[in-house]
Amino acid sequence: MAESPIAHELAKKQREIGVAEFFARNRHLLGFDNKRKALMTVVKEAVDNSLDACDESSILPEVAVEIIDMGNDRFRVIVEDNGPGIVKNQIPKIFARLLYGSKFHSFKMSRGQQGIGISAAVMYAQLTTGRPAKIKSKISPNDPAHYYELHINTQANKEEIVKDETVEWEKDHGTRIELDIEATYQKGSQSIDSYLKQTAIVNPHTTIIYTNPKAEQIIFARATDRLPDKPKEIKPHPHGVEIGVMMDMLRHTESRTLQSFLMAEFSRIGSNTAKEIMENAKLLSNTKPKDMSREMIEQLMDGIKNTKIMNPPSDCVVPIGKEELEKGLKKEVNAEFYSSVTRPPAVYRGNPFIIECAIAYGGEQPAEEPVRLMRFANKVPLLFQQGACGITQSVLRTSWRAYGLSQSNGALPVGPCTIAIHIASVWVPYTSESKEAIAHYPEILKEIKLALQEIGRDLGSYIHKKKRVGAELKKRGYIEKYIPYVIEALREILKLKKTDEMDMEKLLNEILEKHRGKLEDVDFNPEENAEYDEEFAKIGKQKEEDDADE
Amino acid sequence: MMRMSSPVNKLKEIAQDVFNSILKKKQPTLSMPLRSLDNVSYDPKAGYFELVGKTKERTLTASTVRSFAQTLKMMALSKQLIETDDIATKREAYYVSKNWGDARFLEQPESDNVMDDIEAMLMMNREQIGFIPEEKGGEIAGKLVVIDKDQETGKELRIDCTKFGSGAYSIPISVEELRFETDAKFILAIETAGMFQRLVKHNYWKKANCILVSLGGVPTRACRRFVRRLSDDKKLPVYVFTDGDPYGFLNIYRTLKVGSGNAAHINKYFCVPTARFLGVTPQDIIDYKLPTHPLKEIDIKRVKDGLKNDPFVMAHKEWQRALNQMVVMKKRAEQQALAAWGLNFVIEKYLPEKIKDEKTWLP
Repeated sequence: MAESPIAHELAKKQREIGVAEFFARNRHLLGFDNKRKALMTVVKEAVDNSLDACDESSILPEVAVEIIDMGNDRFRVIVEDNGPGIVKNQIPKIFARLLYGSKFHSFKMSRGQQGIGISAAVMYAQLTTGRPAKIKSKISPNDPAHYYELHINTQANKEEIVKDETVEWEKDHGTRIELDIEATYQKGSQSIDSYLKQTAIVNPHTTIIYTNPKAEQIIFARATDRLPDKPKEIKPHPHGVEIGVMMDMLRHTESRTLQSFLMAEFSRIGSNTAKEIMENAKLLSNTKPKDMSREMIEQLMDGIKNTKIMNPPSDCVVPIGKEELEKGLKKEVNAEFYSSVTRPPAVYRGNPFIIECAIAYGGEQPAEEPVRLMRFANKVPLLFQQGACGITQSVLRTSWRAYGLSQSNGALPVGPCTIAIHIASVWVPYTSESKEAIAHYPEILKEIKLALQEIGRDLGSYIHKKKRVGAELKKRGYIEKYIPYVIEALREILKLKKTDEMDMEKLLNEILEKHRGKLEDVDFNPEENAEYDEEFAKIGKQKEEDDADE
Repeated sequence: MMRMSSPVNKLKEIAQDVFNSILKKKQPTLSMPLRSLDNVSYDPKAGYFELVGKTKERTLTASTVRSFAQTLKMMALSKQLIETDDIATKREAYYVSKNWGDARFLEQPESDNVMDDIEAMLMMNREQIGFIPEEKGGEIAGKLVVIDKDQETGKELRIDCTKFGSGAYSIPISVEELRFETDAKFILAIETAGMFQRLVKHNYWKKANCILVSLGGVPTRACRRFVRRLSDDKKLPVYVFTDGDPYGFLNIYRTLKVGSGNAAHINKYFCVPTARFLGVTPQDIIDYKLPTHPLKEIDIKRVKDGLKNDPFVMAHKEWQRALNQMVVMKKRAEQQALAAWGLNFVIEKYLPEKIKDEKTWLP
């Protein structure tokens, strides 16, 4: 009996894997590894979107987050913003299709990048509770609000509209999403509480109204009415584009010649640079982009590699600002010394980025524990995967002993210290889609290290000064302590008169203090930091001991 | 007891200087000779370590105020002891300081050091300023009558050092008032109690017509002073017999003969410049084929230090040769190693031979 080739058998099982289906099975890649993290991720994706939308529309954000405990590990998450709203026919696509979004193709600094986050949250809700996502959005006082209930068809990666209504909403504009998910709520450094607080720290123009599962309301009021500068959108820099993307761009361009393509689609390419690239690539300037073979594209990539091209413009990246970052830290940590720095823009793989650091030393912080790290990327707090993060690597590789902290090899420095580090970039290189850790690009690690060294030097001179003053105070204590014995001994030997003794004390003090100038006050004064908010600082800190790190 | 200008007056002068400086709003200073080998010179003609004159200044500042106060307090204690005709041992003085509140000493070496400073500052021996050492000062046996006073009646007391049987007379802490009677020919100072015992047991002093002194390690001030006075009074030569090792040469013998760096301010009276070194010399180790031990690292260090820094060694070529010889041999021998040739070899052969032959001695 002639057997048919086994490949036919196998072919029956081979079919396209839906993106949505893939992520449904690999939910950990998106930050849904466990129930506790799932709650956090859902809130984070919704809040990130709200803030991005507000920033883009120059609206001072006001975001309400409500989490309702429905028992049996079910929670209802409601996030409502005062953003620009979403036009009706986009609502289902944005919330119920993976990899659909506005940010992936633009070169601009934003919190979201891939267009996965919120739809993944919707999918997670659907997988764990079977409930649809409930979306309400309104774009202006004159427009009606639209209400949708949505499912995702996981195989086709397409929305399924369960309900589509027009409703009344007293808001001028904004978006509200409601999801029922399986989750657990916990406090601690990796909790929602902590995430929202840190979000407030690095987004001082934002008001967040948070109602936790115990129905307690916490309001993180905005600290400033000044809108952050709006990041400019830029075209990709040629040094940051890989061959696959280049092929896509060539296929879809409307330019008719290679020269006009290069000049139109990339930043920092003028006619001279374009000509130089084509010369280095040995390609003609009138080559039609759509007709280029793979070999020609490789030539083009080589040509780009061998051409010196100016760094991309950096106004596409907007830092928090060293003052704002430091102010945020002051609110969270009551320390005796603060320092902060915003580095000049730098570039990795054609992507501009800016590193900022702030440090808080001493005060009420524990002295015998590793320093506390607060990591931020594009104004989003990173709470997980600290060990795997490039930011942490840079902290480890900085030699802190020179700056007065103790540090064993390859470990975090130990001392009463909190360090906040922010990377702002048009494209933040995360190690995974769950956006928990920064990839280890040498250019980024180096910039972070430079920033740390800068605040490290400040810290070092402060710690040094403190030690010096401490030693001086000890000596002055000596004076007071031992002068009476000098006098006593002189009295015993010389039989002094009482009046002599009074004079002696005064004179001795004068003689000993004469050489010792005024002292700078380095004592910690808990009242001095007006920014510090004790209630605020407490948020997310309860139950630290239950906080099993990843 | 007070032979120089009254210690109480000296103490008062120093305190008055301090007081006057303070009244003038000037930082008071206590100055005292530096107590170390760096600050002594040795002239074989003078025969002892003399102060070169380097001084240590303790100026009152915030960082010295503690030791400054302690020094003054110790001076006050000294004055009180002298005035009430009392004494305190080093350890007692340390305990007295426990009443000084914050100015008390935490460890005895601290208070000993301050006491030594005051001694040097006054250029006096500690007994003169009311403090006495803890340790005993050596033992005597042989042809000597020590004339002391009865502690209660003050009557003359004759102590015959031939009458202690298998025991010995202990040198008292203060020896200035003692007088001596003897017809002995020489004094033999011995490092170890063991060797002293052997010589006493066999009445070596009778045979050799001498006075035996047990140094018991590095000789105390009282012991040095006793031997000095005895040898000066009765014009007796002093022979020294120690282990054949750097400690015996450089610590025991050298201190007995020329004094120490630490007590440089009183060496003039507290050493025996006429003493000669009988043995055990490095050459004896060879000549008498003595059983040896290897030199320890600390021995070698001591020799090198001595060759480089000890003014006594630097003044005597013979000692340099002997020390170098020992380093080359890398060996040392104890006094009792002589017992390898029979228990009484030392009495019958070694000592008589050595005493007869001045060429085998070291200066």
